[in-house]
Amino acid sequence: MTSDKSFYEFISNGVPGPEQKVDADNAIMPARKLAFSRFKELGLPTVKTEEWRYTNIQRFLKDAFTLAQEEQGAVTAEQLSNAGIPQLDSYRAVLVNGRLQANLSTLPSGGKITVSKISDAAGNTQLQAWFDKHPHLQSQPFAALNAALFADGLFIEAGVNAALDKPIHIIHVYTASANAFIQPRHLVLLHKSATLEIIESAIGLNDAAITFVNGVTEVVLEENAELWHYNIQSTIKNSRHIYHTSATQKADSRYHHFNFTLPSAELTRNNLSVALTGSNTETNLHGLYLATGSQHVDNHTFVDHLVANCNSNELYKGVLLDDANGVFTGKIHVHQDAQKTNAFQQNNNLLMSEKANINSQPQLEIYADDVKCSHGFTVGRFSEESLFYLRSRGIGEEAAKSLLVNAFAFDITDQVHIPALQDFLADKIRQYVAGAINN
Amino acid sequence: MLTIKNLHAEVDGKKILKGINLEIRKGEMHAIMGPNGSGKSSLSSVLAGRENYTVTEGEVIFEGKNLLDLSPEDRAREGLFLAFQYPVEIPGVSNLHFLKTALNEIRTYHNLPPLESKEFLKLTKEKQQLVDFNANLMNRSLNEGFSGGEKKRNEVFQLAMLDPKLAILDETDSGLDIDALRIVAAGVNKLRNADKAFMVITHYQRLLEYIVPDFVHVLYNGQIVKTGTKELALELEEKGYDWLKEEVHQKESV
Ligand SMILES: Nc1ncnc2c1ncn2[C@@H]1O[C@H](COP(=O)(O)OP(=O)(O)OP(=O)(O)O)[C@@H](O)[C@H]1O
Ligand SMILES: [Mg+2]
Repeated sequence: MTSDKSFYEFISNGVPGPEQKVDADNAIMPARKLAFSRFKELGLPTVKTEEWRYTNIQRFLKDAFTLAQEEQGAVTAEQLSNAGIPQLDSYRAVLVNGRLQANLSTLPSGGKITVSKISDAAGNTQLQAWFDKHPHLQSQPFAALNAALFADGLFIEAGVNAALDKPIHIIHVYTASANAFIQPRHLVLLHKSATLEIIESAIGLNDAAITFVNGVTEVVLEENAELWHYNIQSTIKNSRHIYHTSATQKADSRYHHFNFTLPSAELTRNNLSVALTGSNTETNLHGLYLATGSQHVDNHTFVDHLVANCNSNELYKGVLLDDANGVFTGKIHVHQDAQKTNAFQQNNNLLMSEKANINSQPQLEIYADDVKCSHGFTVGRFSEESLFYLRSRGIGEEAAKSLLVNAFAFDITDQVHIPALQDFLADKIRQYVAGAINN
Repeated sequence: MLTIKNLHAEVDGKKILKGINLEIRKGEMHAIMGPNGSGKSSLSSVLAGRENYTVTEGEVIFEGKNLLDLSPEDRAREGLFLAFQYPVEIPGVSNLHFLKTALNEIRTYHNLPPLESKEFLKLTKEKQQLVDFNANLMNRSLNEGFSGGEKKRNEVFQLAMLDPKLAILDETDSGLDIDALRIVAAGVNKLRNADKAFMVITHYQRLLEYIVPDFVHVLYNGQIVKTGTKELALELEEKGYDWLKEEVHQKESV
């Protein structure tokens, strides 16, 4: 039969269902069960599923996977050394195959901000109130699958007015020695007027086997809370990623989300959605994707303007090389009551090869009349004029292209408020261009 | 320093340069004049290595090297500099970062270590004062939103920073106000010395009052049709190009 069938069989029959899971998360077991039946009902998407038109998920699921339950055995501090961001001063939460490893982590302590395992926090009423409740997740099969069978993940809670002196860096380490399907899950809850910066990145220790990550992060921002949320997707060869990040914003809250997709996962599908449930919110969604080889990068975003007087601003930029394939879908839904909405969206692409490809589609559904909305899409190639100008000053082709790609990405990297992260990204861009030219 | 022999070049199949011969020696200042579309910018583009021009005949020797064999960056590293007639705007590339990159790439080529930040800033300050370049512009994106005159001054600032052996200035005077013209000319004069040479493309005799040329060449229809001294520029200012064009056509019909 079709290859996805085998995966489906594997996932629905070949593993213990949630009822057999004996983790210490009994309090969220009902949610797991519900999610499992939801997943069975929804089924896996095909290219006929509207939201998956440009991403044929079946070909990424035809291999055999195990649900990696293996505990970390031997991740050493040394192996972790290249997982860091140079010069970054941060707290660290290290997760090995989705599970927090306290001995490798440095967590904030003693304050109003706590970082714990979801399994340990399962009895927390705040967690139960929000866990797997985001409306946008309900129709997403991979999110349902994650909710049913997730390994573990973090529950990050910031109390009223809480703030930290430095960001929390979540580092995922994947170690699987056989093809593994790993499902981390986080819930980030910021109470009234709390602020936080989170950076998430990942490394793989073994790229001989395929690592398939199906991750979900739910974010809740209560009144006047502010979250800077940086997601860096890079460095893992032979890996495939599906993420759902779903945020709920209450009145006066501010959410700044950054998604950096760097080489070299085979598949990256990001589903980023924000539900604006309180007025006067600010939402900034920034994305940068640099793809090479036959990478497939699909960004699906959804901003749901449910109430009046909210501002959302979205800028996604991509640079595509070789046979890389990009997809951008930007949905903005302005409900009837959401008057005085400002919703802007822009997707710009730089194609550096004849064979690279981008499909970009805005989806604006506007049911209120007093709104300001706009969207735009561009595809360009390198400006030969600019390249010649730089070269005529003695700058070699590689450095010149690197400057230009950095310049293209500038509107996004410039919004990053952590200098060490800016430098890290500039360096990644340099490597990307160098790789492109030396190919 | 530079020897151009029977240089022919075309762009998109159109013949633009039709046999240029020119010799520039150390310490000399050459002015190139000529009507619009005669090939002045094309000549500078070919020398700087713009890729859409195809050289079909002739050769160019620069400091003993075959210039046409070199990539644009290597030409610059060997000491050639072109101040563009129309400098491009590159949003997102800071002027200073760009200059630092350029300077260090040139140094690396000559097996010199990159400049320390402090030295670089010192040099920047010195050159910025030399050509009176607005310090506020240095931290901005390269030429982005610069006025026409500011762009031209930035070209001269870069010239001062990179300190080439041969500088080609393509209508650097156009778009400059009277004061700026004097400042830029004074800057160029300060950079002049016995080891350097300049090729200044201009439409106006006024510039040549400040930067006195050793030779004035007139380019017309892809060829140098007349060479003289600074008096030739005065004559052109007075009489225009028609008499020269006629001379050329008479010669052709003979
Ligand atoms: N890409 C191109 N395709 C076709 N023709 C071109 C191209 N680039 C330049 N030309 C032509 O080459 C000729 C010479 O142009 P060039 O820019 O060198 O003139 P110029 O002497 O610098 O003129 P100006 O004084 O106006 O700056 C012009 O006729 C111009 O139209
Ligand atoms: Mg010209």
